Amino acid sequence: MNGPHDMGGLQSFGAVVAEKDEPYFHHDWERRTLGLVVAMGGTGMWNLDMSRSARESLPPAQYVSSTYYQIWEAGLRKLLVMRGLVSAKELDEGRALAPPAPLKRTIRADDVAAALSRGGPTERPAPRPALFEPGDRVRTRNVHPSTHTRLPRYCRDKAGTIVRAHGAHVFPDSNALGKGEDPQWLYTVRFDAHELWGGDTTASAVHADLFEPYLEKA
Amino acid sequence: MAHHEHGHDHEHDHEHGSELSEMDVRVRALESLLVEKGYVDPKAVDAIIETYETKVGPRNGARVVAKAWSDPAFRKWLLDDASAAIASLGYTGRQGEHMVALENSPKVHNMVVCTLCSCYPWAVLGLPPTWYKSAPYRSRAVIDPRGVLADFGVRLAEDVEVRVWDSTAEVRYLVLPQRPAGTEGLSQEQLAALVTRDSMIGTGLPRSK
Repeated sequence: MNGPHDMGGLQSFGAVVAEKDEPYFHHDWERRTLGLVVAMGGTGMWNLDMSRSARESLPPAQYVSSTYYQIWEAGLRKLLVMRGLVSAKELDEGRALAPPAPLKRTIRADDVAAALSRGGPTERPAPRPALFEPGDRVRTRNVHPSTHTRLPRYCRDKAGTIVRAHGAHVFPDSNALGKGEDPQWLYTVRFDAHELWGGDTTASAVHADLFEPYLEKA
Repeated sequence: MAHHEHGHDHEHDHEHGSELSEMDVRVRALESLLVEKGYVDPKAVDAIIETYETKVGPRNGARVVAKAWSDPAFRKWLLDDASAAIASLGYTGRQGEHMVALENSPKVHNMVVCTLCSCYPWAVLGLPPTWYKSAPYRSRAVIDPRGVLADFGVRLAEDVEVRVWDSTAEVRYLVLPQRPAGTEGLSQEQLAALVTRDSMIGTGLPRSK
């Protein structure tokens, strides 16, 4: 989706301002939001790609004017309704009006350390041989799907070089839609900065991790 | 992030923190609904928060870097297979499952960003700082990394190649900064104290001795 989240190359946001000795959280609600997002993510009722898709498809004005944890909180509410776990009315009222939906699992306090340490590896057995290998010249496709993708706009229809193959990984474009993991080869692609930005850059090279369906032989 | 100016009409109202913000109310309502439904265990939420607030953080990454500076075999392993090398020190888990280390040199400086969201190597650096997730960083790092470095007070020589890495999939990057000069006699623990979080993202340099 060509949404406001796809920020690479925008120039109107001003300087990067780092807060000295910044705490992890500025408000207690940010703490609780992180905990709730991770805990609900652990129920298996949606996947990471669905979470990202829910956040990036928030109304653009809301997305750019929200803090990051506000985006997480709004994305969580959206997913809860989408997956039928709560109703909009329950969210408004902050109390249950209907019995709970069955979850695949819930995360108990005793499970947390093991679940977080296990993480969620995305590498899968390769369903077919890789089309490319390091050193190959490739071109990214000129595609504009209206659904979730991890091919940023700034590196579409650009020539680059494969620098690393990472094996096959869960394909976000499919997984975000609930259409299965559809594992695809993942590569790090190096773009000469001039290929992306002409002379208007101070980078030498920009790399992105791109799935095989985003690429064609140059 | 939004900072509220305290106007004159507020100055005698309340002590700081005694009034709940709209977001506090909103998230409390959400949590109580999810608890009432039996979807989340508040103790599990506490444990998740505690993990990321106290157990995982950039000291993990600093120990990885200090070991790579001190131990050539480990450095090679880190550059060849960062996931395994980092896991050998016990740093595994969420947002760090697939790691790659990027080595800086006198001629190459690496900088890591996630233009699409906020991908960051939690297992070695903890939760990302606000600026990493902010629009200014996500937008500019890929087109004007030297401008971003200037915002951090870092100036590199003109002949240094600046390589940017956009974390667009589940690979997470850790920059291996250059070891500061004059640190030959230091222990790994002393070296780790020189390794800043920003030096492992590529927006800063390690402290000098």
